[in-house]
Amino acid sequence: MKKGSYYDWARQKGISRRDFLRFCAMTAAMLGLDATAVPRIVEALENKSRPPVIYLNLQECTCCGESFIRSAHPLFSDLIFNMISLDYMETLQAAAGTQAESVRLKTMQEHYGEYILVVEGSATLAEGGIYCTIGGMTANELLKECADGAAAVIAYGSCATNACVQGAHPNPTQAVPIRRIVKNKPVIDVPGCPPIAEVITGTIVHYLTFGKIPELTSLGRPKAFYSKRVHDGCTRRAFFDAGQFVERFDDEGARKGWCLYKVGCKGPVAYNACAVTEWNDGVSFPVKSGHPCMACSENNWYDSSTPFYAHLAEIPNEAIGGNPDHIGLAALGVAGLGVVAHGGITAAAGGRGKKNHPAGSTDAKQRRQVTKKTNDKED
Amino acid sequence: MTTRIVVDPVTRIEGHLRIEAIVDGTKISDAVSSGTTFRGIEKIVENRDPRDVWAFVQRICGVCTHIHAIASVRAVEDALDYPIPKNANYIRNIMTLTQFTQDHVIHFYHLHGFDWIDVLSALKADPKATSSLAMSISSWPNSSEGYFRDVQNKVKNIVQSGQLGIFANAYWGHPAYRLPPEANLMGVAHYLEALSWQKEIAKVHTVFGGKNPHPNYLVGGHASSINLDDVHVLNMERLNLVKTKIDEAQTFVNQVLIPDILAIASFYKKDLWGGGIGNFLAYGGVPLVDIHEPDSYLFPRGIVLNRDLSKVYDLDLKDPSHIQEFVSHSWYQYEDKDAGLHPWQGRTDPAYDGPKPPYHNLDESKKYSWIKTPRWQGHAMEVGPLARFVVAYAKGNKEIKEMVDSSLQKLDLPLNALFSTLGRTLARALEAKFCVDQLAGFYADLIANIKAGDTQTFNPEKWEPSRWPAEAQGVGWAEAPRGALAHWIKIRGGKVEGYQAVVPTTWNASPRDATGQKGPYEASLLDTPVAATDQPLELLRTIHSFDPCIACAAHLITPQGKLLC
Repeated sequence: MKKGSYYDWARQKGISRRDFLRFCAMTAAMLGLDATAVPRIVEALENKSRPPVIYLNLQECTCCGESFIRSAHPLFSDLIFNMISLDYMETLQAAAGTQAESVRLKTMQEHYGEYILVVEGSATLAEGGIYCTIGGMTANELLKECADGAAAVIAYGSCATNACVQGAHPNPTQAVPIRRIVKNKPVIDVPGCPPIAEVITGTIVHYLTFGKIPELTSLGRPKAFYSKRVHDGCTRRAFFDAGQFVERFDDEGARKGWCLYKVGCKGPVAYNACAVTEWNDGVSFPVKSGHPCMACSENNWYDSSTPFYAHLAEIPNEAIGGNPDHIGLAALGVAGLGVVAHGGITAAAGGRGKKNHPAGSTDAKQRRQVTKKTNDKED
Repeated sequence: MTTRIVVDPVTRIEGHLRIEAIVDGTKISDAVSSGTTFRGIEKIVENRDPRDVWAFVQRICGVCTHIHAIASVRAVEDALDYPIPKNANYIRNIMTLTQFTQDHVIHFYHLHGFDWIDVLSALKADPKATSSLAMSISSWPNSSEGYFRDVQNKVKNIVQSGQLGIFANAYWGHPAYRLPPEANLMGVAHYLEALSWQKEIAKVHTVFGGKNPHPNYLVGGHASSINLDDVHVLNMERLNLVKTKIDEAQTFVNQVLIPDILAIASFYKKDLWGGGIGNFLAYGGVPLVDIHEPDSYLFPRGIVLNRDLSKVYDLDLKDPSHIQEFVSHSWYQYEDKDAGLHPWQGRTDPAYDGPKPPYHNLDESKKYSWIKTPRWQGHAMEVGPLARFVVAYAKGNKEIKEMVDSSLQKLDLPLNALFSTLGRTLARALEAKFCVDQLAGFYADLIANIKAGDTQTFNPEKWEPSRWPAEAQGVGWAEAPRGALAHWIKIRGGKVEGYQAVVPTTWNASPRDATGQKGPYEASLLDTPVAATDQPLELLRTIHSFDPCIACAAHLITPQGKLLC
């Protein structure tokens, strides 16, 4: 057993050898491998070192880093001390200056092709990149240098995925998403301002556990978190369906927790896990706490979601009207799954709206039609 | 012999800061502080709906995530003469004090701690002796020999794995570390505990604002309604969650942070360098009911000059002669290059003329930072917990005076020991205690007000722009964890015409002005000892004692400025 390996970590957690072997067998089964693969998985988990992670902070406000450390499952300390080796993260690492830079270079050399690169913040193109320098280098050069040897690149937060607030009109520093700079590697986008803590850690842990990046939506985001709208799982959804709306803040409807659509909620166009996972270990999310969703995980949200307190021109993707059973079957495109299908889809039924799109669709073209402005930056 | 040392990146801070220092023999004889990032948020909010602006400027900083939004909604409310309900003020205060408490604890353990605590030395500790030490200073239950042995083994495993992660390549073993191994082990254990604790106190923000970081706010009050008879809004269950987190925070600060800071400070009593400029400024904040009643502030307002506690000067954020910003050494252009401009008249035209990256050195005789240089009546000013405590002390605030005096007495240190790197760190920890105690008080006020029958959280009176004057201007101020913060707004035709923020780190990290007067970072580094020029631990300790927040400090202020691209 190698110190710092997964098995070492599992033993420290009190997991028995028997349970560890069972976990390896299950992993093999989940990955679609036969029993002969189990010993190889056991060996890998017994001997594999913690994968190194380089976390860059570019043009940002550190809200993603703050969210990161609030993760409850896994606990942030479990992640960085047992599951990964967080070799470079300006906000937390003990070393500074040349000592910090040499750790980064050492990791890049010794683990070329193996480390995970996480980026928080946008790159900036104006004036040759002078609006963000680190160690005398521009953010762009630093990003390119680090991306070259990365096994996977994760863009955390709306700054890294769509340039967020500094990229809003008139975008004085020509802030750009990191995929505009990183051309030689696929970039996993994990948007949000910030992303939910467990969405941040969940993306890394998925990669560690299953050895591959999670399945992505057509916009390059992990499906597990970004394939459904805030509206779809909203705690106030029943009031939307019943036509009960807050007309102004703190009115009678507001004091009964009614739907915030009329005071500007963008939940119907926001693809994120907020309403289901909720924030800060499941305490609440913006709509539950009385404020409209601002769709902070959508591209160019500062231009497309404003004015924040004006309501959407239309509600897209409403599967409304008619017999719920028919809607369920039509959306699935499969006959004979009646009960299961119905259970999954009836939330959308309720007699509002005129459109008949399948609920929860993530088709990019369809989504772009409903947001006021499209992201012209994404390649 | 002089050596020029460069620390870039300065880590364990928010944002991108570069320090260059001239070491003459074994002490720093000159220092240069440069903010190396810039985003332009004030330009971006122009022509937007003023009610939206808090959500833009909140993103000036994800660490001070709450307080920029508060300064912004207050600036709009000040411009529109828009009063807010009592409950909204209580909720804002509870959220403010929550942020202070959380931020100060994270700062001490996670951003500053490794300047005082040597992680590798903890491996040499006797866990039994650590247990005795912990029990002698606190009743915190995690203090057994076995507990500390587990923590030690955890660190041992990380070290033996050869993958030190965030601990890699630091200045472990440096002669400026003075704690015995047992105290270091206790510090490492509390680093880990504070990491778990900080996510709990954040839940107070989540209840009221829906998430943390970046909870939600509202011009005219607060968005979450109170109804004790409804399951969907702020009811007793939600309020009890807040109360539980406040209670836990009080226990953590009183039983972990305060005993730790006093124990650690007792080993560093002789290191009283780093006092710096000696001028202190506080806008004051956390009003009992209304921000326009400064006499009711929890944190008093005022100015202390030259460490003279016998006199407190008044300040006026709207008087153009009081607060001005200069750009003599910042990468911006003014028509009169050495003039100072009040934020309502301020402008910023970025004009980078520094070295082309990649570069090795800056030239302090020229422009060298994206941070501007604010001055109060020409004086460089320090802001932050120490400034608040000095002003409160000089004003005779009973609670703060007692906290300061009794702590210094325990440490057997004179009052002027406050004017140091150590004093700045001590003031921050004491302020965490002050805040968490007051937090319980404001929670009680909120409950009492609801009990009296008042559940209003929002004032609809001036929500619609049709009820606004054609032109208006306002300023919103607050105390942020890092110091005095204010946002200035001009509104015309229902839209933002001009917007400017002068933030705590702009005061503290400012480059020198036209007369060569240094800002607090630069001044506080003078005469700092440097035992090893390739391991400037003492330099980091002083800079970290200010809790730098660079994304806040480096930004664009341009009501009439031209486009940058």
